[in-house]
Amino acid sequence: MALIELQNVTYHYPYVKSAALQDISCTIEEGKFYGIIGENGGGKTSLCNLLRGLIPHFYQGKLEGKVTIAGTDVMEWDTGKLAAKIGYVFQNPFTQISGIKETVFEEIAMGLENLGVPKKEMVDEVLRVMKLLNIEELMEKNPNALSGGQRQRVAFASILAMNSDILVIDEPTSQLDPQGTQDVFEIIQMLKASGKTIILVEHKIDLIARYCDEVIVMQGGRIVKQGPTAEVLSSPELPELGAVAPQVSQFGHAMAAAGMPLDHIPITIEEAIELIQKQKGAAK
Amino acid sequence: MSIELKNASFSYPGGFLANENLTLTIAPGERVAIVGQNGAGKTTCVKMMNGLHKPCDGDVLIDGENTRDFTAAHIARTVGYVFQNPDDQIFNQSVRKEIEYMPRYFKLPDEEIRRRVDRAVALTGLEKYMKKNPFDIPYPIRKFVTIAAVLATEPKYVIFDEPTAGQDKWGTEILEHLMDELEKDGIAVVTITHDMEFVARNFKRVVAMAHKNIIADGTAGEIFGNDAVVEESRILKPQLTILAESLGLPGQILTCEDLVTALTGLN
Repeated sequence: MALIELQNVTYHYPYVKSAALQDISCTIEEGKFYGIIGENGGGKTSLCNLLRGLIPHFYQGKLEGKVTIAGTDVMEWDTGKLAAKIGYVFQNPFTQISGIKETVFEEIAMGLENLGVPKKEMVDEVLRVMKLLNIEELMEKNPNALSGGQRQRVAFASILAMNSDILVIDEPTSQLDPQGTQDVFEIIQMLKASGKTIILVEHKIDLIARYCDEVIVMQGGRIVKQGPTAEVLSSPELPELGAVAPQVSQFGHAMAAAGMPLDHIPITIEEAIELIQKQKGAAK
Repeated sequence: MSIELKNASFSYPGGFLANENLTLTIAPGERVAIVGQNGAGKTTCVKMMNGLHKPCDGDVLIDGENTRDFTAAHIARTVGYVFQNPDDQIFNQSVRKEIEYMPRYFKLPDEEIRRRVDRAVALTGLEKYMKKNPFDIPYPIRKFVTIAAVLATEPKYVIFDEPTAGQDKWGTEILEHLMDELEKDGIAVVTITHDMEFVARNFKRVVAMAHKNIIADGTAGEIFGNDAVVEESRILKPQLTILAESLGLPGQILTCEDLVTALTGLN
């Protein structure tokens, strides 16, 4: 089922001559995991702002085309209800942290507080997400005195606590170490398994390859490619579109250039192993 | 002549020990990656290298000068540090002003200021952003403003704290080119990063940190080839190293070229 539908959407931020988004059409289906990739300044964050209704409700500006969220035109949505339906994790955790809470526990509880959730339920939920993200030891710390990686986990936890149907996540792992990054992807995978719809902006292409159902490539404010993950990421034109191919796909292209093409271009390690063994088998 | 950490330890006010007994030498012109989990002490370690932190125990020497005897402002002329969060560093109203700030502070002649700014801008690809307010440009590009501002001071050693975070293809290529240019000029580059593919492509020497300590210091091949180190420092092997190991290929395979060569038998 189409959860969010964008039809020929063009958007200008206020007082800006050039369009931030140009002629965007795409469908976000319920329960799927989408990866948005592409160059910085190419419109990824603007697309997120559109998908979660901050464009046009907060940013104003000029919106053309049609945006439908859960069957209702975005203009007709109540912003409070929209905020509860769609959770958003900021690109920069230094921006998201409220600055008005003195402990990590209160910071994570803030969204639920604003929704008027009963205290007992709120406490249970905050404890649950802290455990999930492995940040229980930060509970009593001041959110403004955390490292970049710790802050990023707290920012993620405070949105997870809201338990929204749709999650728009803008680069949740930029400050995290490789294992921490892996953990975040596993949590997102778990959220997907529980039926949530996920839209993730991320540069870590090898993880996009492993986890996402669909990939959207943005460049110059346009969607320049979209489709099933394997189809998009194995495409040889990816570098021209300002995106990086997974390491194993680059390897696949290099094997073809060296005169030993694999059966097709792999996007994950498992797939690459299988293809190489198949090639060896065929050579015997 | 080098940056020398000799059994250097550092505790934050309140007693939290962040670095314990670090011993490390960075030679002039060398390129070193520092990797390891969040909270391992990477940022604390590099802040000792430019005098922002003075060791509580042990010594840090910059070309023979003990950092205890000099101000951070003095040391910064030799060792430039680019902050992890650009917003902690930027304070001027335009990109140009931010980059010119230190050369002007040094009271250099106008011609020299122009030369330094032009070079820093060319290396960081910021030409089209010069008149903008740094806070109006995207976060990953803002990071290049802070890099350019430090390069304009022309230090002998430069430290980048997670420059790869959030960078796209363009940004990563700029960084790689920039490091090559600095190498030609004999400037040492110390980089903290979580991007292991970036490490595999660009660094011969890698220092792995875990729980306040340096646990390994060697070539990229040695570090990624050591399972115990990889696990303890919570890093990941490059994708193609994992692939090569799964295939049982011998030797240290780190990059695409390594793997294609091993499989096509061109060697």
